[in-house]
Amino acid sequence: MRRDPRDLIRYTAGQRANHWIVGISFILLGMSGLALFHPAFYPFSLLFGGGTWTRILHPIFGVIMGLAFILMVIRFTKHNLMRRVDWQWIGRVGEMVNGIDEGMPAQGKYNGGQKLMFWLLLLCMLLLIPTGIILWRAYFDFPVELVRWAAVIHSATAVVMICLIFVHVYAAIWVTGTVRAMWYGTVTRAWAKQHHRTWFEEVTRR
Amino acid sequence: MALQSLDIQARSATTTPMPGVRGTLDVAKLIDISKCIGCKACQVACMQWNDLHGEIGHNLGSYQNPQDLNDTTWTLMRFFEVEPEPNRLEWLIRKDGCMHCADPGCLASCPAPGAIVQYSNGIVDFHQENCIGCGYCITGCPFDIPRLSKTDEKVYKCTLCSDRVSVGLEPACVKTCPTGAITFGSKTDMIDHAEERVTDLKERGFAHAGLYDPAGVGGTHVMYVLQHADQPELYGLPRDPAISPLVEIWKGVTKPLAIATMALVGFASLFHYVTKGPNAVSKEIEKEEEEA
Repeated sequence: MRRDPRDLIRYTAGQRANHWIVGISFILLGMSGLALFHPAFYPFSLLFGGGTWTRILHPIFGVIMGLAFILMVIRFTKHNLMRRVDWQWIGRVGEMVNGIDEGMPAQGKYNGGQKLMFWLLLLCMLLLIPTGIILWRAYFDFPVELVRWAAVIHSATAVVMICLIFVHVYAAIWVTGTVRAMWYGTVTRAWAKQHHRTWFEEVTRR
Repeated sequence: MALQSLDIQARSATTTPMPGVRGTLDVAKLIDISKCIGCKACQVACMQWNDLHGEIGHNLGSYQNPQDLNDTTWTLMRFFEVEPEPNRLEWLIRKDGCMHCADPGCLASCPAPGAIVQYSNGIVDFHQENCIGCGYCITGCPFDIPRLSKTDEKVYKCTLCSDRVSVGLEPACVKTCPTGAITFGSKTDMIDHAEERVTDLKERGFAHAGLYDPAGVGGTHVMYVLQHADQPELYGLPRDPAISPLVEIWKGVTKPLAIATMALVGFASLFHYVTKGPNAVSKEIEKEEEEA
């Protein structure tokens, strides 16, 4: 279904499905993880069938997200290599946040902020997955001092990741016309020209 | 076990005060290692009172059996052959089990409301019906006591016979000890009794005899009289037990800091939208593209 033949394809169905598997498992992980982290969030455990089910399911969601995330990294790393223009963009992010984007350097498929987000999320996952395995008492029994380190690193990293995802989701909502790229894969030409001019020129040249 | 059976002082994963108007006596169990003959009657009494039937193990050349605490062994006689001084062999036997810390690391670590409670008499008790089986208590314990059961994925440890104590009885191990090595009463009485024992031991040549009631965990409700209190390691006891600083960070500062950070980022996003409005495609570019 081509809604508007002039629209540009930004994500394939496979990429979108991959992203949503990561997204859904992240939400489930975030809520079940917060339930285990702070009593204020313990009521979230009711969504998973009680505290014990929350404890059983959280690491399983983690395995799903871990695998889907690795697949995403394989798919998207080549688009996220930092170049000089990305650092220039990041250096002027204040203007962007202020809502004045006219002077921002032209960006490829992803801008510097998105690329930085990619690498920070990857770093979070690299910390969360091994520490999560160390904390998985049902199947593993590591030395207690290691488990203590893992508990601190896992919870602190999770909080950082939740904040990063807040920024990620907000940025998608803030930049009008973005979220549809993750729903059905296309963006308008005007959207691409305004936010990712280099990418726009690449894909329209052909 | 319901909350009304004993008065509660602290409850896991609970941030508001517990009903604590009624004052109860601090209780303590005192284990005098110098009087212990290693008969394991306490170990048997514990199994009997609590209906615990562990698997039959193997003899590995020591009287110590099973080798370690487990979900069905809440107290264990540990046997140590040591030389406190060169050429002086001593056979030290310590009844291991929960120390019932005044500042319990297990309770601080537990994420399940009411899975661990501390009664106002000092007993730290696990309520398995609220336990979710995460094992965080094991991570928090400075004495390596709680054991996660493979049978039901709940944690178990010595209850200090809270059921018996609540009706005015002494714990089963105390009741059964044939030499009087284990005594039970108010914590102050037990400290007084320990002091008499320490004086006696010092007169008998144990210059470093003393009471093990470690301050790092706020004192404990299970205390030892040690012949060599200067070397608790001889008995497999930590010298200065305390809740690990890592656990303090994890269960202390991280929690409010995390909520504050997440709330800040969430509200900053909301107010950014409200103050700056959406980042929409400019009409100019839209027009350009329509005409193209």
